[in-house]
Formats: sequence, structure tokens, C-alpha cells
Amino acid sequence: MKKTIASIAVGVVAAVAATGAYAQGQSTLATVKARGQLACGANTGLAGFGVPDAQGTWTGLDVEACRAIAAAIFDDPNKVRFVPLSAKDRFTALQSGEADVLIRNTTWTMSRDTSLGLNFVGVNYYDGQGFMVRKKLGVSSALELNGASVCTQQGTTTELNLADFFRANKLKYEVVAFASADETVKAYDAGRCDAFTTDASGLYAERLKLANPDEHIVLPEIISKEPLGASVRHGDDQWFDIVKWTHFAMLNAEELGVTKANVNDMLKSENPEIKRLLGVEGNFGESIGLTKDWVVRIVKHVGNYGESFERNVGEGSRLKIKRGQNALWSKGGLQYAPPIR
Amino acid sequence: MSSVPERPPARGSVLYDPKIRAVAYQILLIAVLGFLIYSAATNAIENLRAAKIASGFDFLGVTAGFDINQKLIYFDGAVSSYGRAFWVGLLNTLLVGSIGIVLATILGFLVGVARLSPNWIISKIAKWYVEVIRNLPLLLQLVFWYNAVLKPLPEPRNSVQITGLRFGTPDFMGIVSLIAAFGVSYALYVGAERIGRNDTERQIGKIIAALVAAVGAWFLLPNIGILRGTETGLFFLNNRGLYTPEPIFSGTAYILAIVLILGILASVLFRRWAAKQQAATGRQYPVGLITLGFIVALPVVTWLILSVVGTNPVTFAYATQGRFNLTGGLQIFPEFVALTFGLVIYTAAFIAEIVRAGIMAVSRGQTEAAGALGLRPGPTLRLVVIPQAMRVIVPPLTSQYLNLVKNSTLAVAIGYPDLVQIFAGTVLNQTGQAVEVLAVTMAVYLTISLVTSAIMNIYNRRVAIVER
Repeated sequence: MKKTIASIAVGVVAAVAATGAYAQGQSTLATVKARGQLACGANTGLAGFGVPDAQGTWTGLDVEACRAIAAAIFDDPNKVRFVPLSAKDRFTALQSGEADVLIRNTTWTMSRDTSLGLNFVGVNYYDGQGFMVRKKLGVSSALELNGASVCTQQGTTTELNLADFFRANKLKYEVVAFASADETVKAYDAGRCDAFTTDASGLYAERLKLANPDEHIVLPEIISKEPLGASVRHGDDQWFDIVKWTHFAMLNAEELGVTKANVNDMLKSENPEIKRLLGVEGNFGESIGLTKDWVVRIVKHVGNYGESFERNVGEGSRLKIKRGQNALWSKGGLQYAPPIR
Repeated sequence: MSSVPERPPARGSVLYDPKIRAVAYQILLIAVLGFLIYSAATNAIENLRAAKIASGFDFLGVTAGFDINQKLIYFDGAVSSYGRAFWVGLLNTLLVGSIGIVLATILGFLVGVARLSPNWIISKIAKWYVEVIRNLPLLLQLVFWYNAVLKPLPEPRNSVQITGLRFGTPDFMGIVSLIAAFGVSYALYVGAERIGRNDTERQIGKIIAALVAAVGAWFLLPNIGILRGTETGLFFLNNRGLYTPEPIFSGTAYILAIVLILGILASVLFRRWAAKQQAATGRQYPVGLITLGFIVALPVVTWLILSVVGTNPVTFAYATQGRFNLTGGLQIFPEFVALTFGLVIYTAAFIAEIVRAGIMAVSRGQTEAAGALGLRPGPTLRLVVIPQAMRVIVPPLTSQYLNLVKNSTLAVAIGYPDLVQIFAGTVLNQTGQAVEVLAVTMAVYLTISLVTSAIMNIYNRRVAIVER
């Protein structure tokens, strides 16, 4: 009995010590540098956003955002360890320090930003929730889904929006919630549900996994705002700045026409904005604990936001998603970065 | 006589007194433990506060916002709280746990006994069942059953149906004519017995009586309100689950419930009385028939009377085909079936081995002695072997029950909304309060396990051998 109590106590102490470790330790940047690697919370597998290929190399829009941070810190986009996380486990992993940053198609909401002990840094993909159904059901609008069974992933904003949508439109439905995206898609494919719902980008990505992708259509309704972005833990402002400005740097690079191919030529540019961006003038990188040439590193290894978008989810990919809301503000989209000056 | 010499006072300081030292060590240990737990708790709270992670249990009162498909109590995401979601999950866990334990016990005993059967085929089938099932990981089995249950079933539009007439409310004249028909039939039966001059005549008379009863029931039942309408689907099976008629209770249902309880009580009392009578006088009573009368006939008669005099206590709601799914009726979800099935099949393999061990622990002499007394193999097993085997069976059986409940948390893999999926999954994720949610969840499983094992310990004490 005594032994039992003692071991319980040891267990509790160990657990709590683990929870507390990050809160007192050194800055996240110092931890990452000491480790020689960035730990990045990633999706377990979502085509176009975060998925390991046959060789085990991670690719995707979210994955490249991680690589950009690693490039800025280490001048090496491969110094990242990807921590595959399900929707349900992702916040706990970030809170407990298992990941330094969470870039895993995660919707920025007020409750997540305020009560989970984390901060969202920005929006790297403007998304919205949609539905996919079998063509043979003859459904052309989500409003016709009265009485349908809907498969979704648990612990997501999707689950909540789904409830709101059906309630607001006075429709009945049956929700079948699964822990992982894979199980959800499999159950939908097996006929357990009439409809599958997730972010529209996810619908296009998951449709590729179905037995006969052509037998399914995505309904036109977008029922929610899903700003997807990176998040970091509360309490380390320097780290918050690094992740935030890495994202803005990629947007600014696109806006100023700095690409992977021309970044070295651009160093000679006379444009003062480009000079500041690439560290030729001013000392912006060092003000957030990085080097002067931080943006050069990012663009050299990863490219600007537009390049990353096209390669992973845009016309250059299997998903063929249009830029739409994710175009730069100057081209009618919502992507807008504050200036570097 | 010399008086007992007084014991000399203990020498040395109290520091060396073993009793005091023992107590002091205990106090010290408790103090250290208390400090560790206290500092662990305060450390956790402080860290959560520093990281601006919400803490405390206020979230239990917050509106949940998500929906759950299988719920035993009212739950609506728009108005129900996280606290209520907790209860929904807990009840779903208890449902699978309790049904699983009962079925696994029955199957486990059957297989365990079958393994010892002298019949070669039966014992080999039982052996292979045990060897295959207990050596495969449960998670794989659950996923297999889920796909095996789900995949072959048709879509809702092509449901497998069992059709029949629907239950309705009987009318007075109908019941009178039904009773009349059975009366005529009974009179014919008795008449045949009395008037028949030989066996053949008597037999013919009885057959006529039975025909009258059958034809009467055939024509009357659909026309007196008990069964109504044309043939429609009563039970539906498709890849969304099994749909059965849902009983809807009206205001008079409590009378029926009381009658049923009284019937059960009466039959229990009668059984005891009959057993006593048999022990004392050797006279046997038709126990089975009378029990049937108390438990079945009495409520049926009450139901008929209530329906004719007042309102029908039980009516049924039936599933009907909607655009996507069937609506109405009682839906048994495939996730529930797959989880229960998987847990029962898996746990029964272990229980079978425990039962086999228990039976083999009863010495062969017991069976031989029972045989010598003229008991057939069935009663020997039931009255002599199993009661003695129970002493060996119960303690490891308890562990299997605990395992079954704990294993039910694998529900998360197949989308069954149990406590872990709902509370430690969705609620944890929506609120982010991992420490509180996990502490509560662990406390719940600990409580379920401790209660189960307490009940089994009481039962164990009852079946344990009484030493004389």
C-alpha cells in the first residue's frame, strides 16, 4: 500500500513537472537552437497541407511554413522534426511543449486564442467549411440534407459549425464523429454517412483518397469562416514574433516579387523596401533574435508565399485550388502583411 | 508464592523505542507524501495560470455546442452543457460495459464447457476459437468487426426488412369474440376428452379444437385492433444500424409496470414455497407454467383491460423511409454493435479458459460420485461441478470484467461515443482543460472498476467454501 501511494505520488509529480517544464525554462528560440531542430506540430496526413510522401519527406503548405521558420533560424529547411497530431491531441501537444509551433490547418477562434494558453500568429490559409456527398443522391445544396447522416472529425470547429448550421436551418441530422480524418473518410466511403464535412480545402484533398473520387461532389455552400493559421504558446513574445514575421516575410516577398529564383539578384535591387526585406538595409532580423539575412534564407530555401501555395495546393498540385481569398490584397484577396520597416 | 517481579523501566531514550519509531516513520512518510502532492497540485495550478490556460471546473456548465448521435438521456448541443455531455458519455460506456459483461459471461461459460466436451468437433471448435481470438490484438478485432458489420449491409434505400402488421389498441367487442373463440376451442377440447369413445375420436376432437383456436386467432387478431393495417416494415437493417419499433408509454404505463413487478415477486415467492413443499412432502408443482402465468399472462391481461377501459399503456412508433435515412423508431447504431460484439468475443475467449481451469480444478471423484448417485451429465455439471468451480473462477473472472470495461475505451477507434471519445476527446479539445478532464475521466474508470470488483468480492464470499 505504501509503495502504491509512493508510486502514485511520483507519477503525479512527474506529470506535473512535465506540464511545468516549458513555463519556467529558457526561451523557445534558445531551446530550439540547443536542440538543433524545430519541433513542428503537423497534420497526420492532409494532402497539400501536411503529409509525408513515400520517402518520408514532409510536404505541404503548412509544412513549408515550418520549413521557413527552420530556414530563418538554421539556414536549413530540413532541421525540422514533424510531430504528426490528430485534431484532438494538437493543443495538448503544443501546451506541453511537445511541439514548438503548431501549423496544422487549425482554425483561429476566440476561445482557442484566449483560454487554451496559446496565441495565433496569423492566417496562412483562408478556408470555410463545406460538404461532400455522393452524386447519385441527387443533392445540389446543403439545405437539402434534412435527415442525413454526416461524418466529421471530433474535436474540430467543423463539429460545432455543423451543429450550428443544421440548427439554424431547422434541419435534422445524425452526426458520426471519429477521432482521425482517415477513419472519418473511410466511414464515409463505406456508406456510413450521406455527407462528409470538413474545411473546403480538406474536402478536395480527402476526395483524392476515396475509392471513386468522381462519384462525389462538393456542395456549393460554405457554412463558416475557417481562418487557418499557426499558433504558439503564451508567454514567449520573441518566439511569437519570429513565427509571425516569418509568415509576413513570405507574403512581403511575394508582393515585392522576390522569388526563390531571383533572390540573389534582388540583393542588388535599388528598391528600399526590398533592401529592408532582404537585410541589405536596416537590422530587422536581429531585432527578433535572428540574423540580418533571415528573409534571404527563407526565400532561398522555401520561396515566397505564392510559390509555396502554387506548389502545394494551387495549379501546380493535384488539388488545383484557386488563389481566391488567399490571393494578395493587391490582387483582390485577403492576404495582407504589415510592412517591414 | 512469590509475586511477579516488576518489569524494569525501558532503558535508553524514546528514540530507540521500536513502537514510537514505527509511528514516527509513518507520520514522516505521510507528511512527505502530503507535501509532494500539495506542491505538485500548486505547481500545476501556477503553471496553468502562468500559461494562461483556463483551469477549474466552471466549463462543466458551459453549453457544449456539438451533437452526439447515441444518447440515452436528452442531449441537444444547442442547450446542453459539457457536464451533460459527460453523463451521456458515461451512460454509453456503462451500457456497453454492462451488456458486454453479461454476454461475455454467457459465451465464455458455453465455450469453456464446450472445450471439455467429450464431443471431438465441439471441443476442437472451442479450442480454436480461444486460440485465435485471444491471440489477436483487440483493436484490430474491433476495426474488423466494424468493417464486417458495416460493409456488407445495404444502403438505407435498400434496407433488409422484416414486415408484419403493426400493434394497435384492441377494442372491447374484439376481445369478447377472441375469448369466445378460445372458449369454444376449450369446450371442444374438454368435450372430445369426455365424449370420445376411443383414442382416435378423442385425437380428432382435440385437433378440431386446436384448429378452431388457430383459425379464430388468425381471423380475429387482425380485425379486433390488436394488429392493424396492412403489412409494413417493422424491423429494418442497413448500414446505418438496426431500426426497431420504439415503445411509447402513455399515462397508464405505470400500472402495467406495477403488475409486472408484482408478477415477478409472486413467481419468486411461489417458487420458494414450491421448493419448500417439495423438500417437505415430495409433491411437485407446475412451477414453470405458473411462473409463465404470473410474468406473461398477468401483464397481457392487464394490458388488454387497460386498453379497452382506459388508454393503451404502450404504443409503438415505427421507422419510416426518409430521403436519406429511416426516421423514427429505435436505432441501434453499428458502432455500438461492433464494439459490443468485439468486446464480447474477445473477453469470452479469456473467460472460457478461466471456466475450463475452474472445472478442471474440481476433482474427478466429484463427477464420479454424482454419477454413482444416478445424476445425468447435465445436472452433474449444473449442481455439482459448477458450484465448486465457481470458487476458482470468480477472482480471475473479476479481472476480465474490469478489462472489458477498460477496453471499451478503444471505442474511439470506431466512432462509438463513449466517455473517452466524448469527454476526454471532444470536451477536452473544445475546452483545452486537459488536467481537469483527464483527472475526472480517470476517477470515473477507477470508480467503475472498484465498484465492479467490490460486487464481485461480495459474490466471491458467497460462493467461497465454508470452512467448518
